[in-house]
Amino acid sequence: MIQSVRMAIKSISGNKMRAFLTMLGIIIGVMALVILVSLVNGATSNVKDTIASLGSDMLTVRISDNKGDPVTLSDLSEWMEDGAIGKIAPAVSESVTAKYRSENASLTAYGTTAPYADIQKLTVLVGRFLKTADTDSHSFVCVVNETAATELCGYADCIGEDISLNGYRFTIVGVLKDDDDSLTSPFRSGSLIAYIPYTTLIRISTSATAEITSFYVAAADGTATDTVKTRLEELLLERLDRDEDAFSVSSQSALESTINSVTSILAVLLGGIAAISLIVGGIGIMNIMLVTVTERTREIGIRKAIGASRGVILLQFLVEAIVICMLGCAIGIFGSWGVLQLITTVVSGLNLTFKMSGGIVLIAVGFCFLIGVVFGLYPANKAARMAPIDALHYGG
Amino acid sequence: MIVLKEICKTYQVGEEIVKALDHASLHIKAGEFVSIIGPSGSGKSTMMNIIGCLDTADSGEYLLDGTPIEDYTERELARVRSLKIGFVFQSFNLIPQLTAYENVELPLIYQRVKKSERKRRVNDALERVQLLGRMHHLPSELSGGQQQRVAIARAIAAQPALILADEPTGNLDSHTGQEIMGIFHELHAAGNTIVLITHDPSVAKQAERAIHILDGRVSEVAL
Repeated sequence: MIQSVRMAIKSISGNKMRAFLTMLGIIIGVMALVILVSLVNGATSNVKDTIASLGSDMLTVRISDNKGDPVTLSDLSEWMEDGAIGKIAPAVSESVTAKYRSENASLTAYGTTAPYADIQKLTVLVGRFLKTADTDSHSFVCVVNETAATELCGYADCIGEDISLNGYRFTIVGVLKDDDDSLTSPFRSGSLIAYIPYTTLIRISTSATAEITSFYVAAADGTATDTVKTRLEELLLERLDRDEDAFSVSSQSALESTINSVTSILAVLLGGIAAISLIVGGIGIMNIMLVTVTERTREIGIRKAIGASRGVILLQFLVEAIVICMLGCAIGIFGSWGVLQLITTVVSGLNLTFKMSGGIVLIAVGFCFLIGVVFGLYPANKAARMAPIDALHYGG
Repeated sequence: MIVLKEICKTYQVGEEIVKALDHASLHIKAGEFVSIIGPSGSGKSTMMNIIGCLDTADSGEYLLDGTPIEDYTERELARVRSLKIGFVFQSFNLIPQLTAYENVELPLIYQRVKKSERKRRVNDALERVQLLGRMHHLPSELSGGQQQRVAIARAIAAQPALILADEPTGNLDSHTGQEIMGIFHELHAAGNTIVLITHDPSVAKQAERAIHILDGRVSEVAL
C-alpha cells in the first residue's frame, strides 16, 4: 500500500504540468464547496449573533380574532400583574408628517407604552422614555430617535423642543441612541422615528383604535422565555374562548430556527452546485487516467510479466487517481482558506468573519476520496484487465 | 522441470487463422541451458509466452515444476510468474521512471519480500551483474548492455526456478552480446535453469541443447 502511494507520487511528479491541470477541476470544485458553505455559515452565525444580542427573551403576540371583545390596554396591564410574565407593550405604527419650525419630514410614529424601551432594549441618549403617566393622561409628549432629532431640529440634544405631528403639537422629552447593531437597523437606519403614548396615537390617528392586535412581551428577569410563553398562551386561551387559532405567540428562537432552516437549505443548495463541479473534476481525472493507462500499457505488461497480479495493478492506478484527487483537495482547501482570509479582510467593515468549518473540510476530503475511487476505478480496472502479452508488445 | 505435451495455439490475424504452435512437445530438465531457435514467425515467441505463463495454450498439457498450469486462473498465473519465472527481454523492458535498484526490487515487492531482505537480494543481484555502482541511475542513463544487465539482475533477484530470455542479445552489439551471454553462462554454472529464445544460430549454439521450431513444430537439433 505504502509502495503504491510512493509509486503514484513518483509517476505524478513525472508529469507535473499534466497532473496540475488534472487537479485543477478538483481544486476549483473544493474551493467552490468550502468557500460557499463557509460564507453561508459565516453570514448565518453573524445573523444569529445579532438575534442573540437583541435578546432571546422577547415574544411577539398577534391577535387575529378578538371574539367580539377587543383586547385593550387594560387587558395588557392585567396580564402584566401575573407574576410569570415580565413586561408587555403594544406598538402601532403610523406614518405622519412632522414639522419643526420650517422643517418638514415624513416620520414613523409608534404608539406604545413605557415598558417598550426595556423590551426592545432601547438606549436613551438624553432625557427619558415614555412613562406610564404619559399614557394614562394621553399627554402630547414624544421620544425621537437620534436621526429624527438631528434631521428635524438640527441637533441631538433637543429636549423641550416642540414638534408637530400631523398638526398636533408634541414636546420632545427624550432622544434615543441609534443602535447600529440591531437586526432591524439596516431597515430603519436613516428613518425618522418618534415614540408617543399609545393613547395619544389613538387620538391623532384616523386608523388606530383602542383595540390591540399585536404586542411585545419580555420575560421577567430569571424567568425562562418558554415558561412565559406557556403562561401567556394560557391567559390568551382563557381570554379568547379557548381558540388556539385566534392568536399567535412567536419568539426569537422561532425566528432563529427559521433562519437556520433557510440558511441550511442555502448551504445545501450551494454545496450541491459545488459538488457538481467536483464531479466534473472527477471526470477530468478519469479522462487523464484513461490516457495514462494507454500510455503506460507497456509498463503494465512488464509489471505483469514480473509477477504483478491484477489486484496489484488495479491498486496502483486507483491509488494514483486517489492521490491526484487528494492533492487537489489539499491545494483547494489551502486556497479556500486564503480566499476566506482575503474576503474577511476586504469586508472587515461589516464586522463579518468567515471561518472554514472543520465539518465542511471533512466533507470535502471525504467527497474527494470518493471521487478518486469512483472515477479511478474504471481506468484502473482497464489497466488490470490487460492481457500481459498484448501489453508487452504494445508499441514495440 | 518443464514438460510440454502436444501444445496447440492458434491466433486469428484478420481473416486468417495462424497456427502458431502445432502439437508441440518438449522437455527441459532442471539446471539445463536450452536454446529455442527458429526464424521469425516460427512460433518461438508463442512458445516463450506459454512457457512464461504469459499466455495459455488452446490444448495440450504444460507441467511446470511438476504442476499442470493450463487450468490456472489469471491470479494463479501471476503468482507463478512472480515466484518461478524470471524474464529477460530483447528490449530490456525496464520501467523508465524507476532507478536500476527500484527496477530490480519490483518483483520482490510483488513477492511481498520484507524490506531488509529485499535490500540484501537486490544488492546481491546487482553485484552479480557488476552494476552496484550504477544502481541509482535511471535506465535512460545506462547503456544498452547495462540495461540488459539490470534486466538480468531483476530476473535473478526473484530467485526463479527458470530464467526465460527472449533474444537477450538482439538489441546489443556483438561484443556486449557476448558479455551478456557470459553472464548467462555464469548463471547456468551456478545451477539456474535457462531457456533462451533466439533466431541467431551462433547464440543458440552456446547452449547445451538447442530446440528448433519451424511452423509451430518442434524438433531437436544436435549442436
